[in-house]
Amino acid sequence: MTDPGYNFAYLDEATKRMIRRALLKAIAIPGHQIPFGAREMPLPYGWGTGGIQVTASILGPDDTLKVIDQGADDTTNAVSIRRFFHRVAGVQVTTRTAEATIIQTRHRIPERPLTEGQVMVFQVPMPEPLFKLEPRLAETRRLHALGDYSLAQVKLYEDIARQGEGGSAYSHPVMVNHRYLMSPSPIPGFDNPKLHMSPALMLFGAGREKKIYAVPPYTSVVSLDFDDHPFRPVRAPHACAACGSTTSYLDEIVTDDRGGRMFVCSDTDHCAENQMARKAAE
Amino acid sequence: MYVAVKGGDAAIAAAHAWLAEQRRGDKALPELSAAQLQEQLGLAVDRVMAEGSCHDRELAALAIKQARGDLIEAAFLLRAYRNTLTRFPAAEPVDTGAMRVRRRISATYKDMPGGQVLGPTFDYTHRLLDFALLAEGEAPLAPEEAEATGAPMPRVSEILAQEGLMRREPPGDGAPPPDLTRDPLPFPAPRALRLQSLARGDEGFLLGLGYSTQRGYGNAHPFVAELRMGEVEVLITPPELGFPISLGEITVTECQMVNQFAGRADTPPQFTRGYGLSLGHSERKAMAMALVDRALMARDLGEEVTAPAQDQEFVLLHADNVEATGFVEHLKLPHHVDFQSELEKLRSIRARWEAARDGVPEAAE
Amino acid sequence: MKPAFTDPVLDAQAGFRALMEAMARPGCVQQVISPPDLPEGLEPAAAAAILTLADAETPLWTDAGEEARGWIAFHTGAPLVAEPASAMLLLNTGATMPELATLQAGEDETPQDGATLIRQVAGLSEGSGWRLTGPGIAHEHRLCATGMPADFPAQWRANAARFPCGVDVVLCAGAALAALPRSVALREGG
Repeated sequence: MTDPGYNFAYLDEATKRMIRRALLKAIAIPGHQIPFGAREMPLPYGWGTGGIQVTASILGPDDTLKVIDQGADDTTNAVSIRRFFHRVAGVQVTTRTAEATIIQTRHRIPERPLTEGQVMVFQVPMPEPLFKLEPRLAETRRLHALGDYSLAQVKLYEDIARQGEGGSAYSHPVMVNHRYLMSPSPIPGFDNPKLHMSPALMLFGAGREKKIYAVPPYTSVVSLDFDDHPFRPVRAPHACAACGSTTSYLDEIVTDDRGGRMFVCSDTDHCAENQMARKAAE
Repeated sequence: MYVAVKGGDAAIAAAHAWLAEQRRGDKALPELSAAQLQEQLGLAVDRVMAEGSCHDRELAALAIKQARGDLIEAAFLLRAYRNTLTRFPAAEPVDTGAMRVRRRISATYKDMPGGQVLGPTFDYTHRLLDFALLAEGEAPLAPEEAEATGAPMPRVSEILAQEGLMRREPPGDGAPPPDLTRDPLPFPAPRALRLQSLARGDEGFLLGLGYSTQRGYGNAHPFVAELRMGEVEVLITPPELGFPISLGEITVTECQMVNQFAGRADTPPQFTRGYGLSLGHSERKAMAMALVDRALMARDLGEEVTAPAQDQEFVLLHADNVEATGFVEHLKLPHHVDFQSELEKLRSIRARWEAARDGVPEAAE
Repeated sequence: MKPAFTDPVLDAQAGFRALMEAMARPGCVQQVISPPDLPEGLEPAAAAAILTLADAETPLWTDAGEEARGWIAFHTGAPLVAEPASAMLLLNTGATMPELATLQAGEDETPQDGATLIRQVAGLSEGSGWRLTGPGIAHEHRLCATGMPADFPAQWRANAARFPCGVDVVLCAGAALAALPRSVALREGG
């Protein structure tokens, strides 16, 4: 039941309209960051206020919402955001990737391939892919206008020269539609390839930094790299201890204080599906 | 068999119940009322109103009570509430010259029209703990009511302006003021937006920045031309009426700080003004704001921008404690997915490093 | 005054989702919920798009009749402007379409300021007509819009050449709508 003290999905209609207009322009200009009048939300900045505002602006009574944090539905922040929307919008919620029409996420893209009926909403702490190289927004805005990404290329080159390999382990920047350099949000590099030509629409919301951007479905998304040093997504080279998957992204669990480790899927829904399939086969 | 940590729902509910219990503390002691906080922790209430950008003493007191005295958390509660309120038209600019003054001092003149009014201040108190307050103290005696002189109290900046020594502020263009809470800050930011941002900025952050301008980071030689605190009237002009009507009075603190400016070929040497205005009685905030406002004018005045306090993006994007606390504290959220990627990356780079050290040729990938 | 959405919150949400889908999948035709009784000359999809997007912050140009203009001003509060070049939103109901090149296209640093042109056409159907490629399209979408200016493909090429600046177009027919974001490439069908 929706809480009668709030408008549907918490935001007032004028705020939703402002965000919706920004979203349409974001989709029309893939990868371009659009400033928007982010509002204070009843959850703290850095905990998903951008994603929440985007979800609140698109969500309808026919939607089924899934919220994940670190790939899992049962992490406390995911639980808290799911409860928020259940309270203020009364929508159906799910943990099943396949059943969701909107998936709000922090730091992961589900393992299960997304479909045309789905919208991903990413929580973004730092939308500016160049911020470590140039903190001034007036300057980075100019660099995006010029399409001048030499700063990022030089940084990548220096990393390769120093470490033998380049690229960030997570938040590794991507070129969208061959035009804009974009932060994919702090997803591990492992998830970057899932952005490329995805059937699903990808929306990104940064509340504290007050930016919205988008990757439409079926859009070219290429991790920044060099021909002779192609981007190489990494995962821990193990099988999941719970479902046996050798292809999913794994969390490392410390099991004792003598160096004991085990690895399990970060995507809890994917892991559960694998386990069920395994049981059914036995 | 390993089972992942579950039960976020139950854990959150239990943690919140525990928080509520801690908030109430020992039930043998009487519960604080919001009214008591309003009356007896008035400066905390004022700070929360200022940083919460919402003038409502009762709700600010409630926020302090609910936040267990954590003033940033309280400001956050008030902001989130403010955000749900319906907007009326913008108020007319408040006339601080017509303030019903409770405190008014100038450091630049020994005396001036209207005089110095010390008012309720910690200045000149000896900072000795008053153990009498530990006991259930008697209500202090009210001071003899000072005779209201009724003399007008023109703003000290006007006295300097009459001599042509004060830089004239560019007149407003009559357009409705920009609103920080509706649109993100553009950079470079116009002064109206800079002042809005500073007015809701964190007192501690602005204090440190203002202080740094006094210590050589920004080349300031400030004087308090005037600090005044008291009640001003809030007026709005409803379009259907066409004339202003009063919504009531609010308490504000205003600081006008003067600074010398060397002048340029096209501008004579003169004083410039840093401006601070804060909801409630918040002198430290208003003064720090005035120092930082002046430092941020460097760019407009063609002064060299060398210090952090003169850097618009640095100051304005880090002054908001609701934004800052959210992002700092979000580091408590799980980050194990990114950390895992970082672990694998470090292991890989480390293996290369060790191979290079041991002179082993790099294995083919 | 004729009414706006029956449910102002949920109908606007449905209208937005149709627009979002249309913009994300250029050339795919979407259906919208419309107010029950519309002013003369306004069709359901265009009316729903305006109610969904327009408010006091969106200067709006339209060539629709007096009743429709009053209806828009009353229900959305959008300031009506006389010049297409000053508008953020344009509602084009007549046969003549404002030249895309004359509309706001944004600047290199702020391409999002490019206008949105909502145009009513006689018919919209998938499967034939223009060949669309670009973001949002796996291979190719076909869209047939009847009642567009003959030189529209040439205008569109010039618009797309300004990317990331440019104008986004929403075409409406009855309760159906489809979008052409500036990122899409359009060739005449054969």
